[in-house]
Amino acid sequence: MGHYLGIDLGSTTTKAVLIDGAGKVQGFGLTNTRSSYEVAAAIARGEALADAQLSRIEAELSRLGQSAAELGAEVRRAYRVEVAAGRLASLRARTLELARATPKGDGAAQKLEALFAKMLADATPLFSPLAADRSRFFRDVVAARFLSEAEELAQAREISFELAMGAFDRAVVEMENTEVAAELGPTLERAMARARFSPAKAQAVAEARGAVERQPLEVSRMVGTGYGRQRLPFPKEQIRSEILCHGLGAHALFSKTRTVLDIGGQDTKAIQVDEQGVVTSFQMNDRCAAGCGRYLGYIAEEMNLGIHELGPLALTATRAVRISSTCTVFAGVELRERLSLGERRENILLGLHRAIVLRAMSLLARSGGVKDEFTFTGGVARNPAVVRELQSLIDRHYGERRLNVHSDSIYTGALGAALFAQRQGEA
Amino acid sequence: MSATRPTTSAQKDISMERQKAMLARHFQELSKVRETGRKVAYTFVPGNLTELISEAGMLGVYPEINALQSGMRQRSADFIHEAERLGHNEDVCTYVKCDIGMLTKGNIGPTGEKLPPPDLLLLSYTGCFTFMKWFELLRREYHCEIAMLHVPYAADGQPTEAMRQYIAKQLRNEVIPKFEKVSGKKLDLDSLAARLRRSALAEEDLSWVLESAKKKPSPIDAYFGAVYYVGPIFTAFRGGEDCIGYYRALRQEVKSRLEHGEGPVTPDGTLAKERFRLVVEGPPNWTHFRDFWKIFYEEGVVFVASTYTKVGGLYDRGFRHGAEKDPLLSLADYCLSCYTNLSLPARVDLLERYVREYAADGFIFNSIKSCKSFSAGQLVMLREVEKRTGIPGAFIESDLVDPRYYSQANIKNRVESYLQMLDQRRRA
Amino acid sequence: MSAEQELERLLDRCERIYGDVALEEVKAWKAAHPGRPAIGHLPVYVPREVIHAAGALPVALQGGGDQVDIVRGDACFQSYICHLPRSTVELGLQGELDLLEGLVFPSTCDVIRNLSGIWQLLFQGKYVRYLDLPQALNDTGGLFYLEDLEGLMNDVAARANQKPDKAAVAASIRLYNRNRRALQLLYELRAEAPQLVAADEAFLVARAGGQMEVSAHSDLVETFVSLARKRNRRKEDRIRVVAIGAFCEQPPLGLLRTLERSGCYVVDDDLNLGARWIQGDVEPGDFPLKALSKAYLVQSTWASVRFEDEQFRGDQLVARVKALRADGVIFAAPSFCDPALLDQPPLQKALTDANLPFISFKYAENTGQFQGFREQAGTFSDSLKLWGTT
Repeated sequence: MGHYLGIDLGSTTTKAVLIDGAGKVQGFGLTNTRSSYEVAAAIARGEALADAQLSRIEAELSRLGQSAAELGAEVRRAYRVEVAAGRLASLRARTLELARATPKGDGAAQKLEALFAKMLADATPLFSPLAADRSRFFRDVVAARFLSEAEELAQAREISFELAMGAFDRAVVEMENTEVAAELGPTLERAMARARFSPAKAQAVAEARGAVERQPLEVSRMVGTGYGRQRLPFPKEQIRSEILCHGLGAHALFSKTRTVLDIGGQDTKAIQVDEQGVVTSFQMNDRCAAGCGRYLGYIAEEMNLGIHELGPLALTATRAVRISSTCTVFAGVELRERLSLGERRENILLGLHRAIVLRAMSLLARSGGVKDEFTFTGGVARNPAVVRELQSLIDRHYGERRLNVHSDSIYTGALGAALFAQRQGEA
Repeated sequence: MSATRPTTSAQKDISMERQKAMLARHFQELSKVRETGRKVAYTFVPGNLTELISEAGMLGVYPEINALQSGMRQRSADFIHEAERLGHNEDVCTYVKCDIGMLTKGNIGPTGEKLPPPDLLLLSYTGCFTFMKWFELLRREYHCEIAMLHVPYAADGQPTEAMRQYIAKQLRNEVIPKFEKVSGKKLDLDSLAARLRRSALAEEDLSWVLESAKKKPSPIDAYFGAVYYVGPIFTAFRGGEDCIGYYRALRQEVKSRLEHGEGPVTPDGTLAKERFRLVVEGPPNWTHFRDFWKIFYEEGVVFVASTYTKVGGLYDRGFRHGAEKDPLLSLADYCLSCYTNLSLPARVDLLERYVREYAADGFIFNSIKSCKSFSAGQLVMLREVEKRTGIPGAFIESDLVDPRYYSQANIKNRVESYLQMLDQRRRA
Repeated sequence: MSAEQELERLLDRCERIYGDVALEEVKAWKAAHPGRPAIGHLPVYVPREVIHAAGALPVALQGGGDQVDIVRGDACFQSYICHLPRSTVELGLQGELDLLEGLVFPSTCDVIRNLSGIWQLLFQGKYVRYLDLPQALNDTGGLFYLEDLEGLMNDVAARANQKPDKAAVAASIRLYNRNRRALQLLYELRAEAPQLVAADEAFLVARAGGQMEVSAHSDLVETFVSLARKRNRRKEDRIRVVAIGAFCEQPPLGLLRTLERSGCYVVDDDLNLGARWIQGDVEPGDFPLKALSKAYLVQSTWASVRFEDEQFRGDQLVARVKALRADGVIFAAPSFCDPALLDQPPLQKALTDANLPFISFKYAENTGQFQGFREQAGTFSDSLKLWGTT
């Protein structure tokens, strides 16, 4: 049976989804979009294919009974941790190399080596969030930990913080721009060893893998979408606009969807679809990125917080400060002025979240309003404060609407693209 | 598969060459006014009183056209920058800033010759508030006569008799005396009336050309192609023999394309297959005119009707100069009925008719930052046209001559999304 | 009650009216005048006398300030359109303007003009009147305008179940003459003793008239002026400035307060310009509507939205600055306001030629940050105080 691949080349992240002939999702791939769209696409595609192989192994195991199905999930978690550990090892090598190249770098490299050793020893707990949530990034997890370790060392005057972060940042960007060919078999062997699988379990997995590899996975057709889609080396008919893909993807995730809101890094889209997932009308934001994910990114930077920390913090606010501008350029100024006036940080944050939601509401109104059901997708849909404010404004202006947010919502566009590939393949 | 195929030389716009020659002659005459002593009037396209200018023996200069030409020749960015350096705000109309910048940098016209200063600023205040502010600014530079013609806005859909009389009276009591003062020549109303009737001959042919887009496939692009077609009739030539000749030739040319089942001519050749028939509202962008056009013809889009090509007269809806016996009332009817002077509901009606009469698959709004007369309210119009036709519309944004407000990737993305949506609907 | 307490009470009332987008004042008027309509109008100038004489309450609509969440209003306008029409549409769609029997849109600019069309499309069946103020500033224009005024008068009178009546127009003109005189007194007091009337106070007092019966408002202004005169306030070392550009979309109160706190006395401005448009009394005579039409031709203040006929605005601005002994000018205009912004270069040139200093900035009615204004205005004030120049 053929498989179909959808790739969504976004401005900040690239996603890939592989489905089988029945439209069932087999694999996901995700990476940051760095300098090269081509590399990002290749990485996401590679991840999705490996992920699909794991799905097939899982299916093979589940045919053997309930406990084997659980084993499948266990294999997947172990595999993800192993891949991340492998990437961490290459990150270490490159960071040390860069550190050594700086003046007095040898001493620093020594300290960093110890730091990485600590992280590698912790690989299983460190990367378990990645194994549990396929919408999280290796870079975010690893950078948060490295930052806190490096800060500690710097405070103890053991290392220059600037030097450490400088080397790390460069190394991590280089790594994201490198396509790594991970072989399934050896990686799986190492993963099972790290996770201490019993010989019996390891044997069962090896047999399932053998069965899967006897029938190679074939991608019959690919469709690309997203901001960078023109850069994909695909023929024209295999490129679909992200609007159509988001509409179809949202329909696949929640079949009663009639209105879709997608807030990504650089743009916001409001889409109306019919009962087949066919787009009937859409609106995109103005040319500037005001009110998009990037805006939250600036705010997070300004507040020295991780982007995923913003929403939960905003939810602790007692009231929302009125913010009139969602201009990305002025975000920092607005924030500092409010802080200098003595406003509480979480209240300002809630105000900023509200401002984003108000812009999105305008776009929704432009596209034809909010119908039932309403599906919210894109990176910003993972922010709980945005979701709460959105729900309350929609209830106020349009009456009660069911609001869907899927845990895989960042893959909506790629899923839609895969479904288009499937239709084309069948046509 | 390519969207276009080579155009044979026989199919090329011969009329285009003719227009170029007409323009060259006009600018040459403008460059010689020191010797010839001919007087010059600056004026705007909507509600222009070209026949009056010609009757007074004067020459017309159209600052809007200079600005759009500067945009097409990639000079506008410099001019706008110059005006902003002089204190003009980033928020305001870029036609004005382009003109002020061009003036500051020597007032060199599109043909490379210096434009003469005006002897008269003929402020036909037709459907654009900025026209007034524009000439207030120019007046400070030139210290010449200014004639204000206040054309009331047809806010309730139809011009009233009071509006017609108001315009005719202004023409009689204020505008014509200023012309006579500047030109030193008494105006002959009978001769003016005869000239208006000549205008109608060209108007008849232009209307035929525009309406040819009702055929499938359409032999013309009623937006990108038609901005050239309306050139002579919107500016200095209406009412003259040259103009009549141009439109006769154009009609022949389009007729022959129609007989051969040929599509519109694009910069890359003749459009091979008409995939989408669209109606468009709003002016085009001039700084990236060809790139902008390309987004559409590459996808097989033909614009079958546009509102922008009606800013200098709604000839396809039946208006003709000289139809009203009194030449002054005829001019009043003309000013009142230009597209820029229509109310929003009247604009919605027109768009709806275009979509239906031209059997369009969809419609698109190009919203221009500079031009609030066009833009303010377009989003409401869009929804209304969608509601009435049951067809979704598309909305894109750019500017007339400010390249900073044109993003090829952004517009292409939206247009492609829109066309794919139309396609998907067609299949569903 | 002390004078200061009374002033405070009065200002509280004005601020309540200012912040009241639900138009409670108008509701109260309608409850007290059953069967009589309220007619809204957009800035800048509409001859409120005509609406008043036809038996209706003229209500000035001046946007939503910084109090309205814009959801559907933004859906109607691109980012490069000013803010006032967004909040007006938002209020309309929220039903806050349902109590108005009609809306008058004067020919202020292309945006207000097109807003009349938006109203026709969104609120079908509502009375919408576009008032084309004449740009032909002569008898021809005057006659056209007179016919327009007659039309407006007849339309409104029909809605009030009244007969258009010459005597009523004359009476209304007289009431508005008194109101203009009262506002004139207010502005004179500020010019003479700016420490007695803060810029935001004058703004609030004048603006309250937009929702009130004219006589009640004249009473209010007169009371305010006489009480303010009794204030015992020391004049501070601040510069005297004329603020211009805010004739349509009004700035947030915080902006006005910021200016004065940064070391300026605003001795004149063009806020609420419509209420002070006609200079001096209008003599109703035997043909009061004609008198109003004539007044527009010859007694209008200079404004960016009216054709610059004989006198250059720059010269008029310079004359005003000199007459008020002001130290400089602050151009404060709404973002994307074509009339105000297109006028700035020639006005600034006139000031430069007359050796008068100025600064300029843009705002929106819902601007929330004032830091930039504070710094600019503060620097302007300091440099003028120190060196008498910028």
